[in-house]
Amino acid sequence: MSGIRCRVFFSLLFVVLTACPALGAPPVKIGALFSITGPASFLGEPERNTAQMVVDEINKAGGIKGRTLELVTYDTQGDATKAVQAATRLIKEDKVVAIIGPSTTGDTMAVIPLVEKAQIPLVSCAAGIKITEPVKKWVFKTAQNDSLAVARIYEQLKKRKISKIAVLTVSDSFGASGREQLTAQARSHGIQIVTDETYGPKDTDMTAQLTKIRGTQAQAIVCWGTNPGPAIIARNVKQLGLNIPLYMSHGVSSKKFIELAGDASEGIILPSGRVLVANLLPNSDPQKKNLQKFVKDYQARYKAEGDHFGGHAWDAVMLLKGAIERGGDSPAAIRDQLEQTRNFSGIGGIFNYSAQDHAGLTMDAFVLVEVKKKGWALVK
Amino acid sequence: METASQIVQYLLSGLSTGAIYALIGLGFAVIYNATGIINFAQGEFVMLGGMLTLFFLTDMNLPLVPAVMLAIFSSTAVGTAFERLAIRPLRNATPLSLVIITIGASILIRGQAMLLWGKDTHALPPFSGSDPLEIAGATILPQHLWIFAVTIVIIVASRLFFTYSIAGKAMRACAYNPRAAGLVGIDVRKMVLFSFVISSAIGSMAGIIVAPLTMTSYDVGILLGLKGFCAAIIGGMSSGLGTVIGGLLLGVLESLGAGLISASYKDAIAFVVLLVILFVRPEGVFKKTETERV
Amino acid sequence: MTREKRKFLAFALFTLAVLIAPLFFQGSYLVNVMVFVGINTMLAVALNLLLGLAGQISLGHAAFFGLGAYLSGVLTTAYAVGPWSAMALSAVAVGCLSFLIGFPILKLKGHYLAMATLGFGIIVYILLNETVDLTGGPSGLSGIPNLSIGPWAFDSDEKNYYLIWGFTLLTMLLSINLSNSRIGRALRAIHDSEIAARVMGVNARLLKVQVFAISAILSALAGSLYASTMTFIAPASFGFNVSVELVTMVIVGGLGSIYGSFLGAGILTLLPEYLRVLQDYDIVVYGLLLIVMTMFMPGGLVSGIRRVEAAARAGMRGKDRTNA
Repeated sequence: MSGIRCRVFFSLLFVVLTACPALGAPPVKIGALFSITGPASFLGEPERNTAQMVVDEINKAGGIKGRTLELVTYDTQGDATKAVQAATRLIKEDKVVAIIGPSTTGDTMAVIPLVEKAQIPLVSCAAGIKITEPVKKWVFKTAQNDSLAVARIYEQLKKRKISKIAVLTVSDSFGASGREQLTAQARSHGIQIVTDETYGPKDTDMTAQLTKIRGTQAQAIVCWGTNPGPAIIARNVKQLGLNIPLYMSHGVSSKKFIELAGDASEGIILPSGRVLVANLLPNSDPQKKNLQKFVKDYQARYKAEGDHFGGHAWDAVMLLKGAIERGGDSPAAIRDQLEQTRNFSGIGGIFNYSAQDHAGLTMDAFVLVEVKKKGWALVK
Repeated sequence: METASQIVQYLLSGLSTGAIYALIGLGFAVIYNATGIINFAQGEFVMLGGMLTLFFLTDMNLPLVPAVMLAIFSSTAVGTAFERLAIRPLRNATPLSLVIITIGASILIRGQAMLLWGKDTHALPPFSGSDPLEIAGATILPQHLWIFAVTIVIIVASRLFFTYSIAGKAMRACAYNPRAAGLVGIDVRKMVLFSFVISSAIGSMAGIIVAPLTMTSYDVGILLGLKGFCAAIIGGMSSGLGTVIGGLLLGVLESLGAGLISASYKDAIAFVVLLVILFVRPEGVFKKTETERV
Repeated sequence: MTREKRKFLAFALFTLAVLIAPLFFQGSYLVNVMVFVGINTMLAVALNLLLGLAGQISLGHAAFFGLGAYLSGVLTTAYAVGPWSAMALSAVAVGCLSFLIGFPILKLKGHYLAMATLGFGIIVYILLNETVDLTGGPSGLSGIPNLSIGPWAFDSDEKNYYLIWGFTLLTMLLSINLSNSRIGRALRAIHDSEIAARVMGVNARLLKVQVFAISAILSALAGSLYASTMTFIAPASFGFNVSVELVTMVIVGGLGSIYGSFLGAGILTLLPEYLRVLQDYDIVVYGLLLIVMTMFMPGGLVSGIRRVEAAARAGMRGKDRTNA
């Protein structure tokens, strides 16, 4: 009798201990700023979901050195004012040791002065180059620089002996950043941009721009935008019977694009994080294991495809986890340890931070994929 | 030769976008003419049309025709509820509070749609294939023909309705002078309700036929609504040909502007045209001037 | 006590409350929130001059706010103009612009006016977005300097609180004086019946344009202050929805009431802080609030409070009577 009771007691104790390993020790508080609603919700929503999922997983597995993580998430709505308010709240009220996000370059630029002053490490999930160039002491980022994606495309164009292109970008911060990089790198890759067009994020018909492009010498079109614009462009290209290759950006590297563009997506080439083609990678690829796990977990929990935007948040949480494991949970130690991160296989690529590089990725972070039979194929 | 076919393509693209603006503009005009209200929530009915069709098609697994019917019916129900709950209780409201209330309603409807169906964009399959048709070196899609056809049907129908049917005449009387209309025995409140019914039905129809081209999501209503509004203003808020020509003009201007001047300022061109028209001829391009009543 | 004196006393009390408020939440993030409440109050009071006093709707006021912010931002970052001079220059520029467009725009009435101001707002928004070389485009403009007096820079929430609220209180004082003046009376006459006012010899058109310009200049000043406190600006903060938000603040607080504008701005700035619990639901609550407020409290919170007060008094009197 007492034996059973004892066993019940111990098994209960075991359950309690594994369930909350940090009994006594307060949780480590991490802040998160994502644009969960508003025009950039396509970034913020998967990021929020992923961050919460990873934190739950870490806690389930016993936390970090016996302490649980607590994630405090606020919505910035893609608005700089709200981002600043939320960041102030995270720093002053919630007293977090580090912040993940924001999702967009604009929001990130808005909160940088705050975190630099409060000396709280920030791991941004936005792609803009100016976030980490010049290097700011407390600011890191996980999203691949747009310049890397542009370089991938230009390399391919050179291989195909295409030298005259038309550029068609969306007039929001994603498109503006792409447009800047496309223009900046064209000369060094021997590429001439014959026409440079834009479209609005909510535009419903781009045949006018494409008709204009048809009248030029362009041998290929590079389009920079996020859904649904590029899908409409793909359909418009097909409608106009434009027979030149169409390149897209990593902004549409998800199944959603194929679903929206339908048949018109066939043959479109775009740079993407490896997450899209996790199953096609050779087993020797160091990222493969994490990628497959991320995709599987996300599918199981949210019944949706884990994309590389969510991957930015995955990387951010795991980078912080590593830093806290190595150096404890003071903001300064986290910052120093983040900077020491070497060879971390994340979703976005293999991260190597240093005092001179707070972006941490190389061109290898991108692979080129082509839409084939409503699926993805690696471009060699 | 090349430039000629380019121009044809600009015109054709412009006309097909313009037809969409015209349809949405008609919805604005119908309510305005019966009540003097500018319904800022009009764009949301466009969104509801597309999203509801999608909902009935994919979540309820209905065939296209019943899905479309149900979508129009449901959006009309929403329009009716809106009139009953938010417009009718307000008597003698100032234009300002009517503007605010309709903006509030549009935010509410949009928010509900986002919570119900998520933030993703969805594509509706085209009604009759996606093989482009060629006209004088330019191309359009079969779906564009649907848009033109529905626009024409709706114009003719509304023309017949407002000139020949008793209800249509009564609605025109209400627009002209609600008190006098009431005195001759017209149920003004019923006519107001009726105008919301017609307008939300037209709006949702517009949303349904454009969804295969433009995709649809919870927030498509904002910009489309604004453009439709421009069309109606250019057309002098007529619930007939004026608004249609206004919409087509707007579409062609945008398309030519994007092709020949600058795509970045395409939307700015539309609104500059709007401002100029408001400054020079606030009564619309095609309407005869009326003297202001005191 | 005369009415004038009572108004003065009320303002003095309000000023005192503003001055000592930070003592209660020192070091808290609420100081930061109160900075934005200050900016929004300034904007709402400015818009209320047009909406409440002159009875003219504007759905494009965020454009003036944005122009103020961007002119200051571009002048200080690209042309190395001092922050104070940049602020003055942008106010003058916006003043001229609003005076020029005021004449054709204010000729319109009701819905047409709403549409024209909306169109103007969208055009400005597109310009801010597209002139990438100047404004940095959609990804924003960073590195705007803080305002400073000598070596003393307004670089913390506490310092900015006093800077912003200093300007906001001045705006409120100006607005009180304006509505008590001859101009204020003439404007109210226009609000009630423009034709009657014109018959009485009021130059309605010029007056309306003047108020429009004052309102625009104050909004531009708020924009400059916003740019220098944030040190970063992006076009998204000056879009159509911001214009709608501003109108909502005025309506929720009460048309024509200066303290109402403060209440409206305060509630709409603080509300999201508490709606965060609701996550995605806040947009629905926001829409509902707009509808319910206009339907059931058309005079805004201020008149609502007055009505409750009056009802309570009537109730007390009733009780006295039964007791006797």
